[in-house]
Amino acid sequence: MAQYKLVTCTINGKKRSAMVDVRASLTDMLRNDYGLTSVKKGCEVGECGACAVIIDGESFNSCIYLAIWADGKNITTLEGLTHEDGTLSDIQQAFVDETAIQCGFCSPGFMIEAESFLQNGKIYTDDELRKLLSGHLCRCTGYENILRAVKKVMHSRAKTE
Amino acid sequence: MYDVEAIYEAKTVAEAIKLRQEHPKAVIIAGGSDVLIKIREGKLAGCELISIYGVDEIRGVKLEDDGTLRIGSLTSFSHITKNELIQKYINVLGEAVDKVGGPQIRAIGTIGGNTCNGVTSADSASTLMAWDAIIELTGPEGVRRVPIEKFYLGAGKVDIHEGEIQTGVLIPKTSYENCKGHYIKYGMRNAMEIATTGCSVNVRLSPDKKIVERLRIGYGVAAPVPIRAHKTEEKFNSAPVSMQTAEGISKAVLEDVNPRDSWRASKDMRLHLCSEMAKRAFIEAVRLCGGEI
Repeated sequence: MAQYKLVTCTINGKKRSAMVDVRASLTDMLRNDYGLTSVKKGCEVGECGACAVIIDGESFNSCIYLAIWADGKNITTLEGLTHEDGTLSDIQQAFVDETAIQCGFCSPGFMIEAESFLQNGKIYTDDELRKLLSGHLCRCTGYENILRAVKKVMHSRAKTE
Repeated sequence: MYDVEAIYEAKTVAEAIKLRQEHPKAVIIAGGSDVLIKIREGKLAGCELISIYGVDEIRGVKLEDDGTLRIGSLTSFSHITKNELIQKYINVLGEAVDKVGGPQIRAIGTIGGNTCNGVTSADSASTLMAWDAIIELTGPEGVRRVPIEKFYLGAGKVDIHEGEIQTGVLIPKTSYENCKGHYIKYGMRNAMEIATTGCSVNVRLSPDKKIVERLRIGYGVAAPVPIRAHKTEEKFNSAPVSMQTAEGISKAVLEDVNPRDSWRASKDMRLHLCSEMAKRAFIEAVRLCGGEI
């Protein structure tokens, strides 16, 4: 027998509610109930990072996070980084400028991850950045351009603060 | 969608115990980074789940009145690493759990899940073994405290009775006082990797830093469950702080460990790792304690 739960949470700054099948992952809920398709279904076992979202300030793989746990949480997806007028955020623009994207499947996860640790304006070493990004797989770029894009945003944010 | 029959959610320890009694066959899910994968793989498909992820009362680290360090079972790896009490009293635990998976896994994985899963490769296990952690279980009859060495019953089997959930991992003051440790994980890559073998060593030195007052060595993947190298510890308690002692430890541990061949590594490879890691981790632990080799 299907079992449902009312899940109320803040998604990209807006309070939202939906009756959710308790068997759903957070990826399922974000894609199917809210149309947030930047949240990719990759491995679905928490290895590739394509489904990463920010929950209460920390990056999580939404594929191994039950949708029912999202109740009361504050969630940010890549759609939430884009400005209201549709222009790109600094992270998205840096990925474009540094050609840190090829097929684009891993990109939302990488950008969400970068946002999660660049929020505090801290400067990291290359090794630290590699470790912070290590939960994401990219099969196209070889990672160098991704690292370059993230570093660019890190330095530009530090300058403006 | 996950292939589960039903999910029961607990918000308090009392609710969790009640649900455990009502649904004795249901699987407990904390962060889910093991359980949900097993459901996907089909091993646990169709199971009933008791979710304790929302039981906030067993989340976080605090120091109790008698000096015991209490790590709530639902504390995530990332929060353990960031915690100031952990950094001050048991630095090596924060460093060890920072080697689990990748950042997103460390955000969801819990120390309680890591121990209850009962696997020998758990990155927290060798350190908790080496620091004589006490596992706290709460059930219908009240609270039960089990030394972690007795908590592991066999590969994938731990001492949780019907109706119980693990509520805390405790580090007694006598364990962490004047003690520093170091953990080495050997894996094929630096992230998203399970330990081929892991070794956690801690020491307490004499006030003049010349004598090893207490030596404790814990291993993961050196036997079916995480183990302590008791014979080696007995032999080198009160030994001088020296390279000779480090070399001696390196040889002696081979009498304590019992690794196996697996697709990850051969038994011989693991024996070599056990020996070398004990030495290196000992030297680093001595250095952290202010000793010189």
